Amino acid sequence: MGILEGKKILITGVLNTSSIAYAASEVAIAEGAEIVLSGFGRGLSITQRAARKLGESVKVIELDVTDESHLNSLVDQLQPWKHLDGVLHSIGYAPPSCIGGDIFQANFLDVATAIEVSTFSLKSLTQALLPLLKEAPTGASVVGLDFDAQVAWPGYNWMGVAKAGLESLTRYLARDCGPMNIRVNLISAGPIRTIAAKSVESFSSFQDDWGQKAPLGWNPTDATGVGRSIVALLSDYMPQTTGEIIHVDGGFHALGA
Amino acid sequence: MDREEAFSRFKDCTVKVLHVEPEKVVPEATFAEDLEIDSLDLVELVMALEDEFSISVPESDLEGVDTVGKAFDLVYGKL
Repeated sequence: MGILEGKKILITGVLNTSSIAYAASEVAIAEGAEIVLSGFGRGLSITQRAARKLGESVKVIELDVTDESHLNSLVDQLQPWKHLDGVLHSIGYAPPSCIGGDIFQANFLDVATAIEVSTFSLKSLTQALLPLLKEAPTGASVVGLDFDAQVAWPGYNWMGVAKAGLESLTRYLARDCGPMNIRVNLISAGPIRTIAAKSVESFSSFQDDWGQKAPLGWNPTDATGVGRSIVALLSDYMPQTTGEIIHVDGGFHALGA
Repeated sequence: MDREEAFSRFKDCTVKVLHVEPEKVVPEATFAEDLEIDSLDLVELVMALEDEFSISVPESDLEGVDTVGKAFDLVYGKL
């Protein structure tokens, strides 16, 4: 019996098979979960193709986390589910001015977009799902994806600032969701060659060296380890952990040099 | 499957997914300029081709694939 047997999980952010959320979906299904994916805009039809690769019965709903009407109808879209055991927030976007070059070139409107989509949406998504998460029989788990925001990275710029906000938001959400038996945690992953990462050109400048510094090594083309860790957080095996950032980076963060 | 038959299926799939004119799908055509498609379209095309030919194309294989001809060679090489 798998560690997610019978659990109902919403997974956002599956674009294609290289997505971290795709790896998480594969592991979740293997561990017995029933999953629904969400996609948005032009990516929706791609998410639908990816869903078919996961299995004929995997449902895809449309969800733009910045669209109030989508958020308001989210609980209805997840029918007939009467509760939700977990959700993976794998959502981020920053306009081109926010990534690459220096920190000075972005204006506030672009930064606001980056923060709205990449940070604030963890609040919006969690809030929209509260009626279902509250009903989870053994408590619910909200998991987000992070890239270590304690330091500055080449080119990551305002996306890094958005991730720093996400780290802080996770602690506040953990505070306010805990009494409802809802845990909120982040996985801080090492660099994975996803479609999203490709848009951060500077990622390639350090992703290849990551494995040399990380004690456990690191393969940027294999998201399975990240997927398994996400599933661990979604399961009943980390029931007392909330407001936490778990590094799944081969141990890279632990070393100074 | 011979090359000609494979290209014909490749072309049909490309036209259907990208909504481009069939006569534009020639080996020397570039995705960005000639077909005017972006990286997201390309992701969808690759996934459709994976289904059409029952193959798997890892992201790493797609580096430098910027023309119809290069994409077809990649697919044909996996048959």
